[in-house]
Parts: sequence; structure tokens; C-alpha cells
Amino acid sequence: MEVVQSHRKSSSNNVIVSILPLYRSAPPLEVRLEDFEFFAIDRLRVLKGISDGLCRGKKPEEMEKLVLDLWKANMRHPQAVEEVNKDIISHFVLRLVYCRTEELRKWFLSMETTLFRHRFRWESSEAQRALMSEFKLPYKAVSNAEFESLKDKLGQVARSMGQTLAAADAIFYKVPFEEVPDLVAGRRVFIHKGHAYVAINQVVSLVVTQFRSYLSKALILTNRKWTSTIREQEKDRLTPIVEALCTSYLGPDYSQQQEFGEISIKDIDQVAKTSFPLCMRHLLEKVKEDHHLKHGGRMQLGLFLKGVGLKLDDALAFWKAEFAPKVSAERFDKEYAYNIRHNYGREGKRTDYTPYSCQKIISVTPGIGDHHGCPYRHFSEENLRAALVRMGVSSRAVEDVMDKVHNRHYQVIR
Amino acid sequence: MTKEQADNGRDDMVIDGPGQANDVPDEFNANYLRIYYGKLFPHADMFKWMSYGNDGKHPGCDKSYFGRREFSFTLENDIYIRFQSFNSVTELENSIKEKCPFKIDIGPVYSVDPAKRHAYAQSGDNVFTPVERELVFDIDISDYDDVRYCCTGADVCLECWPLMTIAIKVIDTSLRDDFGFNHILWVYSGRRGVHCWVCDGKARRLTNEQRAAIADYFHVYKGNENGHKKISLPGLVLYPFLARSYTEVLKGFFEAKLLPNQNLLASEERYEKILEMIPDASVASELRRRWQENKRASMSKDDINIVRWEQLKSILQSGKQKMQGLRRCVEEIVFSYTYPRLDMEVSKHMNHLLKAPFCVHPKTGRVCVPIDPNNCDEFDPTTVPTLPQLLEELNREGPRQDAENEWDRTSLGESVTFFRTSFLQPLLKSCKEEIENSYNAKLQQSKNALSW
Repeated sequence: MEVVQSHRKSSSNNVIVSILPLYRSAPPLEVRLEDFEFFAIDRLRVLKGISDGLCRGKKPEEMEKLVLDLWKANMRHPQAVEEVNKDIISHFVLRLVYCRTEELRKWFLSMETTLFRHRFRWESSEAQRALMSEFKLPYKAVSNAEFESLKDKLGQVARSMGQTLAAADAIFYKVPFEEVPDLVAGRRVFIHKGHAYVAINQVVSLVVTQFRSYLSKALILTNRKWTSTIREQEKDRLTPIVEALCTSYLGPDYSQQQEFGEISIKDIDQVAKTSFPLCMRHLLEKVKEDHHLKHGGRMQLGLFLKGVGLKLDDALAFWKAEFAPKVSAERFDKEYAYNIRHNYGREGKRTDYTPYSCQKIISVTPGIGDHHGCPYRHFSEENLRAALVRMGVSSRAVEDVMDKVHNRHYQVIR
Repeated sequence: MTKEQADNGRDDMVIDGPGQANDVPDEFNANYLRIYYGKLFPHADMFKWMSYGNDGKHPGCDKSYFGRREFSFTLENDIYIRFQSFNSVTELENSIKEKCPFKIDIGPVYSVDPAKRHAYAQSGDNVFTPVERELVFDIDISDYDDVRYCCTGADVCLECWPLMTIAIKVIDTSLRDDFGFNHILWVYSGRRGVHCWVCDGKARRLTNEQRAAIADYFHVYKGNENGHKKISLPGLVLYPFLARSYTEVLKGFFEAKLLPNQNLLASEERYEKILEMIPDASVASELRRRWQENKRASMSKDDINIVRWEQLKSILQSGKQKMQGLRRCVEEIVFSYTYPRLDMEVSKHMNHLLKAPFCVHPKTGRVCVPIDPNNCDEFDPTTVPTLPQLLEELNREGPRQDAENEWDRTSLGESVTFFRTSFLQPLLKSCKEEIENSYNAKLQQSKNALSW
């Protein structure tokens, strides 16, 4: 691909043990212009499908099947060589498309990493080992002596996860704990003096972290090249394709600011009953009950009210009035007013903040005394049922909702 | 402020002596604070700490390092100024003495001097972004209000303070044994909690994702009144860190101290909270029945809480229990009462500001002194030096010619000495080694390149 010629050696000279490319360097291939676009579109369908699946809170096993199906449907080719070429070319084209802003890069990185993770998992173990050595991971296989001394603890970790330490699992790798954050977070590895002892089947995590880190840096470099030379050079040929590819697939973007309607302070209670989602109704109820909300709740509800059209002055009046029994007007002005104005972009770095997306709200960890978060995820079953009944939801519908909750479909609840 | 002005200030003041830890205006005011910053606050030590060995003496030093650190000041009248930075100890000291901040917060080290941040973009290549920051933890006793009956909210006493002590023990041990960190500073927050600063180079360079992973590793207590059972310990056995914490710290503390001192099983209201945590309703009913029958009778001279706890344990841990959820029930109860409750958000982000050690808490007048994790049982928050107390101690000694190390004449001396010998000196030694090693490595690298 002439347009993104890099000066690094192509990896195609090596013996290919696995067909899973690492996208280290752009291959010196020739591509037809239509393929440039169509390959990218096919890959984009896979990535969008993954994005959808993640938003819907699909479990790992479901995601695995989804990714496999998406790949088969869009990226397969009868000839293996052609399939590999399409894989590589489409990836590099999309790099151009998605390198151009921070948000695009974040999305692309997340989807490509998920894709890579699942594809890696369905490789054979020799192929996996070969890929690991390509990454030059800073890990060492644990010696027999060390393994013997740690066997008890390693077994304890396995049993704490409901597994057992079979003889076959006696292959462990030792890595700095920083390399496997998700394993550490879930207490799924034994750590000692800063080293994590990773089982062979957990190695996926190691590899994926490397992949992600590499791609993240590569995207920044690609962006530089794009802005400095490529975009101009290709303005009559590839640039229009690249720019169109991106916008045609972003879909409805609720994070954009749109002046649709307004509500005023007197509308809030009424509108809450008819139109607020459960999380916001709950927060509103709590603030009226307690005359206070902790920071997480103030942010989630405050930004939402702003998003539905509550103006700054009304917002200040609303919070002040609700807090009045517990907070004097003076203290309110001192301690709370600044943050509200900050949310509306009138202070500090003057960013006009948009309300939190469902994805963000679902992902927070409400702590003690907090009322924010997503009730479908964070409430216990009893409390959620009670809340839905209070809202006036019919009992059949309540069962339907609880069913979705058990399957972790927090976002498709209407 | 000159020495004459300081003396005049002292003559005018009436000092009442060591006060109580309540909201009394005499504990804390700007005049007292000015003298504190003038004579007692360890500016030079803070500077050395924050420089992490980059004092310019070694060619490998980064002279810009200290100047890229953010400080923020909260002034009288709640005026809050962020992105303060200083290029030398003198600038730092003069600014503190001049502005007399009621609170000093320490932020991250940025890619460039925070004072110049507006010249840099928010994203892209030339960014203004945090590059180093200590790994920090914040534990606040008001998060334990549901398990302490002696105090609520901002109050703290010797009955409930031990909850902080065991939190320190659990987290400190894990940071050293599991994560391999060495340079850890624990600080009293001045009123009702503790802060932890992990200062190893590896810790300062952790990404937000890695910090979140460590916070999640420590996250066991998922308290939330709307949510599910607060502690859930599935699996056939406990994960090593949890098992160690239980056997070495939590179990002993719960059974010997918390249970009897807070009378956790003595009354119906309190024992119901524990019975609620037992997933098997028939077991809970059995215990309830027994305890209701024995309301007034004291069968032995033993504490009623301990007796009942033994009964609970013997039912739950008897071999007869087949139900899955009961396996770890006893541990879950102990964990839910005693396991450290960290503020997750504080630890997860590099740009989170945290109060500096040796500040004075405006509501209590107490100094935020370091706590020795190896002796944390001895720490008593009710005897931490207060501002008026320190000033009175200075007064008693009379003026001195040598204005250096005034803290040595006061109760603060012990804390500053501890800070230096147990924390700062080992840390700086390690930093110097790091700087030297990385400098030598770079030299070697360029030599290799040349020789090629």
C-alpha cells in the first residue's frame, strides 16, 4: 500500500505460524481503489457490531460468539492469503480514518482490542505462544523450584476462583503486576513483591495489553503523518474516501449538543413523572427527601437537568431550594454554586459538559450514601421491583424488566 | 514576615492551652497559622520530598521536576487557587508564608510547569497532562458510621479509631508484600481519617488504569443502601491477601475488640443487622429464637456478645451446613464490619489533589502528622498536637537566636524526626540511586551507539 509506506521491514518474510496479524507495519501491497473502500467498510461492520454488543452488556461468552459470527460474515475469503490481505489492508485503512481525533482513536482502539482478544483466544496454543514471543513480553517462565515454593499460594488463588490447579497448569509466567491490570483488579492472579504469576490461560490478558499499547502509539503516529503529509497528498484520491468512511458510520450521537427544548424549574416535578428515566427519578426523589446529594449524584442529576434544557439560573435556584433545610444560602453559594456553574461552562476551563451516557452511568461504582448509578444494575432485586411498581409499571412488564436485568441488558429497558 | 513582627503577634495573643477536638474558634485562626508557617511547618523537608532527589547535584537530575508539581491553596474565606507551582524551596516557603493557606493540597507532576499550561493543548502532541503522581489512598471513618455506635459523622474516639488502625495494617502489609512498594507514608488527616502516600518511582509512574486496578484489588466492601449484600466472598477459599488479612488482623480485632466494645450482638436492633447477613433463613431464625429467650439471663460471666458470637460461629461452621452461601458467612460478617473502606475515586486518577502532610485541620486545629504503620496501635488521634498547644510550647521556651528547627522544641519534633528518618531519608537514597542508574544507562546507550 504505497500511501502508508513505512520504513520498517515487513513481517511477511517470517514464517507464518499463525494467521493472526499484529499490524506491526503496513504491508507493501498494491490495492485497488474500490477494495480500499470496501475492505474498510466490511471491517467497520465488524467493529460496529462489537460496539453494539458491548453497549448491550453482553457477557464474554456471548461476545465471543458474536465476534466470530461477525468476522465470518464480513471478512472471510475462500483463499487464506486473500483473507489475510483483506484483514491487514482494512485495518490500516481504518487507522487512517480513526486516527484523527481523540474520541475516534479511543473508540477504534477499544473495538480493535476487543476483536483481537477474541481472535487470539480461538487460536491454538502453539500459535498463541508464537504470538507471545513476537510481542517480546517482559515475562519469564517460572522455574520449577520457584513453582514448588509457590504452589500452595497459586493453588489458593485458583480455588478462590472456583478452579483447581491441574498438573497441566503448572506453566506459569512471572510479569510485573503493572502488565496485567485487569487480572490484578479481579484478584485472579497471585502477586508477590510486585510480580504477578500468570497462568497460561490468562496469558490472553498479557498479550491484549501489549496489542492495545502498541496500537495506541501507532494511532498517534498515524495521525501525525496524516495531518502533515497524507491528507494533502491524497486530497484528490484517498482523502475524500477516508473522511466519508468515518462520518457515514457514526450514527446517532446523543453526545452532541442540540437545542431541542427547555424546561423551567416549575416543570421539573411534572416532567419527572412522565419522562425521566428511573435513575434520574430516583435521584430527584432522594434530593427532595434528604435535602442533600453526594457529589456523584449531584453530577449525574445536574448534568441531566442541563441536558433536558434547565437553564443555569433555574438550576441554581433548584439546588438551593432543595438544599435549603440543610444548607444556608450563604454556604450554598460558597460550596455548591461554583460546581454548578462549572458544569454549565461558566467557570474554570469553560467546558460545556454533556450529560453522562448510559454506558458511563452503568459503569460507575456508587459508594456508601450514594444514590447515583444505574438502578437496573446497582439496585438489589427487591429495591428495583419496588421502584418500578412505584413508577406504575404493570407486573408483567416488571417481570420483563427483571429478566433483562438478570441478563445484564441494562440499556435496552424501555 | 520578620522575626519582630512574629514576636509582636505572639505578645498580643491569649493562648488557652491544649483544647478539645471540637468546633471551637480558638483552636485555629489565621494568626496562629501564620506563626505555624513561620516557625514550625517543615518547608525544606516538603521540598526535598517533592523533589525526589532532583536537587541538581547529579548531572542526571531533572531540574524542572519540582517546578512541574501542582500545589493548590485554600485561603481564608474559602478562596481556592489551583495550579500553583514553585521553582525552589524559597519560592515555596515564601508563598506559603505570604498567603497563609488554610489548606495546602498536592497535585501531580505535570508535563510542563502548570503556570504555563495555557500555552499547551488539551490533546494531541504538545499536551499539558499529569506525568507522575504518588499512589494515594484516603480512608475516612465517617464511611463506617453503620458499624460504630459510639460516634457518628466527624467525631472520633478511642473506641472506634481502631477501625482506622486495622485499615492501615491491612493496606500497608499488602502494599509492601503483594505490590512490592517500600516508600509509604501514612498521615493523620487531622480529624477523622488517614491518608496514604506511596512514593516509589514505580508507583508515581502508574497510569490511571493501573491505579484503578490496585483500587479494585482492595475493593471488597461494596456498601450502598440501595444495593446488594455488602460483602460477598465466593469461592472455595479466600484469596491469599484476604485470607491473610482475616487471620492476621480482622478476625482478632473483630472478636476481641469491636464485638464487645460496640455491643454488636447485645440488643435486638444490633443483632438483627448481623442476622440479616445470613443467607439461610432457618439458621437466622434459630439464632434469633435463642437470643430472644436469653435476653436478660447472663449464663456466664463472659460478655454476651462473645457468647452469642460463638453460638453463631458454631452453627455456621458446623459440618452440617451444606448450603453454598454459608461457607464463608462468618468471614463475610467480619469483613463487612472491619475490612478497610477506601474512597475509590481518590486513588484512581492522577490528577486528584490530596491534602499535604503537616497542614493544620481548620475544624480541629490538629496537625496532620505522620503515623508509623509499625506502631499504629499506639497512635491516639485525641493527643495529636494542636496549633495553640504548639504555640504555647514555643512561648514557654522563649525566643531563640537560632531560628532553625524550632519544631524540635515542641511536640511536633517527634513527628518531623519520624518523617525524616523513617520516610524521607530512605526515599531520597533510593531516588538518588535511581537517578544515577538511569543516567549511567543512558551514557552506556550513547556509547554503544557511537562505537557502532
